[in-house]
Amino acid sequence: MKRFLALSTAIGLVGGPALADVNLLSWGGAYGNSHLEAYAKPFTAETGISVVMSDADNPATPIKAQVEAGNVNIDVASVEYADAVRLCDEGALEVIDPAILLPAEDGTAAMDDFIEGAVTECFVGTDVYSMVLAFNDSAFPEAKPASPADFFDTAAFPGKRTMRKGAKFNLELALMADGVPAAEVYEVLATPEGVDRAFAKLDTIKTDVIWWEAGAQPPQLLADGEVSMAYAFNGRIFNAAQADGQPFEIIWDGQIYEMEGWVIPTGAPNLEQALEFVAWTTAPAPQARAAEFISYGPPRRSAAAMVGNIEGTDQPMGPNLPTYEANMEGALGSDLEFWVDRDAELNERFNSWLAS
Amino acid sequence: MANAALDPHAAIATTASGVGQGLLTTADGKPLARALVRSQRRARRRAFLLVLPLLAFVVITFVVPIGQMLQRSFYNDGFSANMPQVSAWFAATERGTDPDDAAWTALAQDLVASADARSIGVVGTRVNYDMPGTRSLFTATGRQVRGGLEPPYREALLEINETWGDPRLWSVMREASTPVTANFYLAAVDRTRDDEGRVQQVAEQQRIYVTLFWRTFWLSAVITALTFVLGFPIAHLLATLPMRQSNLLMILVLLPFWTSLLVRTTSWMVLLQQQGVINDILVWMGVIGGGQRLQMIYNQTGTIIAMTHILLPFMILPLYSVMRTINPSYVRAARSLGATSWTAFRRVYFPQTLPGLGAGAMLVFILAVGYYITPALVGGSSGQLISNMIASHMTGTLNWSMAAALAALLLGAVLVLYWLYDRLVGVDNLKLG
Repeated sequence: MKRFLALSTAIGLVGGPALADVNLLSWGGAYGNSHLEAYAKPFTAETGISVVMSDADNPATPIKAQVEAGNVNIDVASVEYADAVRLCDEGALEVIDPAILLPAEDGTAAMDDFIEGAVTECFVGTDVYSMVLAFNDSAFPEAKPASPADFFDTAAFPGKRTMRKGAKFNLELALMADGVPAAEVYEVLATPEGVDRAFAKLDTIKTDVIWWEAGAQPPQLLADGEVSMAYAFNGRIFNAAQADGQPFEIIWDGQIYEMEGWVIPTGAPNLEQALEFVAWTTAPAPQARAAEFISYGPPRRSAAAMVGNIEGTDQPMGPNLPTYEANMEGALGSDLEFWVDRDAELNERFNSWLAS
Repeated sequence: MANAALDPHAAIATTASGVGQGLLTTADGKPLARALVRSQRRARRRAFLLVLPLLAFVVITFVVPIGQMLQRSFYNDGFSANMPQVSAWFAATERGTDPDDAAWTALAQDLVASADARSIGVVGTRVNYDMPGTRSLFTATGRQVRGGLEPPYREALLEINETWGDPRLWSVMREASTPVTANFYLAAVDRTRDDEGRVQQVAEQQRIYVTLFWRTFWLSAVITALTFVLGFPIAHLLATLPMRQSNLLMILVLLPFWTSLLVRTTSWMVLLQQQGVINDILVWMGVIGGGQRLQMIYNQTGTIIAMTHILLPFMILPLYSVMRTINPSYVRAARSLGATSWTAFRRVYFPQTLPGLGAGAMLVFILAVGYYITPALVGGSSGQLISNMIASHMTGTLNWSMAAALAALLLGAVLVLYWLYDRLVGVDNLKLG
């Protein structure tokens, strides 16, 4: 629900610069906390460079506003991959030289250690999150749902569903449930017939869906018994299950993963320190540490093995990460170019479909 | 002359002109009239200085940002500023001209320059608004041509991507080559331009905004009517009860008013959802079976209930402040002259509450038209309003021109309604307290 306040935040942030060596703009919540504990605090302890963290509902919005207004006070921000590419192409972000990135502990060069696509011209990935199907275990005492097709099968698995309000993720899921293999989803979706097919599949559960907008809604709806299955961010489901002891189960089959990471707005006041922050925090050890706070996987191969126990418990975090090997079977990587191009068009169609 | 002498104003004028001839002076010998003008001017200047901070505040925080935002709805130089040569070619040729060598050369050179300046994304984004799917055409081509492109340009570009030869793309680029455009307004009313530049409706499955505008105004009207029906008796009770009870009642009205909007909205979720309190009670009482729980939230019903509750104080407070000033003896007089209680209410009491009703209705309606948090949370798919689309264009697609066009239409519609209200009821009759 915070997302809707982005406009006011955008305007508010233009006015009030904070004086620090690095002004970090993050998302708040459990995710922002992982940035604070795993990155900001240890970074200050080691380098003596102070970090002031603030939250936005989507940090990409204030970046756009500040760069356009020519009054930038953000040094580093955490943004979604698609927004990073879009802002970079518009010249709103500083180019980050990959040579500053630190090598893995065994000496592997940084660019070989990061998974494919995790470092672009203006963006260095910090974590991989995913959209997953989840269900309330108590709603299905006998057979458990196990695939995207089961999500659309309200006869075998009764109860309402909750899905994110928007075209992205849902169209892909619909196609996978309709039998399209993960590798071919975007190929099919690029055709008008493919889009029709996805909407036709969504039609079959349209009356059973409660649409969510804020990431906190789906775990709440699952916990209340308002829905029996949800399509949501894996970190939210994990946190509700872990911290609140809810009987939620995640279906990794058909997960769609995406990346988030650091960007530096054009004209950042403390560029040098910002680059140092980016380099230090994207080393394998801090990335692995961050994954202990929230179940988003590190985008460096060498960091995966270093992820320890879930913070405050003796349970290993590894199997809860989207990047865990067993979880990657049948996983789909979100196609950013596709969505940057077709976002507006497909969302208009989606909204029109919703309203009719 | 005799008439003029009888006219009191003329008499004053005569005296005043006498003053102008220097008959009356101040203690230090200056003409009284001039001293008076000067001291009044000084007072006016001082008064202006007093309101200056407020004026500056309003201009800086309200007029300028809104003006800038509205400007985006018809002005977008994303293409024209970064593609100057091809824009000049478009300006020099007629619509429908096939691109010649000069055009291809201009396009290629602009693309290279824009790619080097890292502004190609802005260009692609602008064209993508009118022709979905072309943003990556620009950015991908930009990546390939960075640093230079060899002639012949036409063949070189077509080899990179044959979409460059698409007549529709050239038509859309022509549209974008002038910074001032009506296309965002067209899109905001579900219209688009075809290859020849004629305005037409978008495909049926893409139509959304007109529906949402109508729904926004219709739901706002329903909510205003509901707050009136619910608020009128409460305001009357507040105005007529003895002070002690009315104070208590007033606190009950104000308490939710002081509570956070999100808290109130989420409380409605707890109450109204299918596994919520109301459904639980209905099932427990046996009114409905466990399988027929009512869907009262995540649809229009939810939006109407939650927004009516949230906006109710804006109706009650103006009504109450007007009702308190109504002298009860008018109604008593009407009754003693033989009016039934209904007639006395209809002919004597109710007309006196109209200024409060007008103010309340205006407040509630205008607030409802712009609401977005509550419909976003409890509206589901059928309870969304146009403001939710504006928010999504602001924060989601980052298409601020589109958001500005939708907002400008909404603002225009509200101003038209305000004008209508002024014509029908008269704004002078508004009374807020």
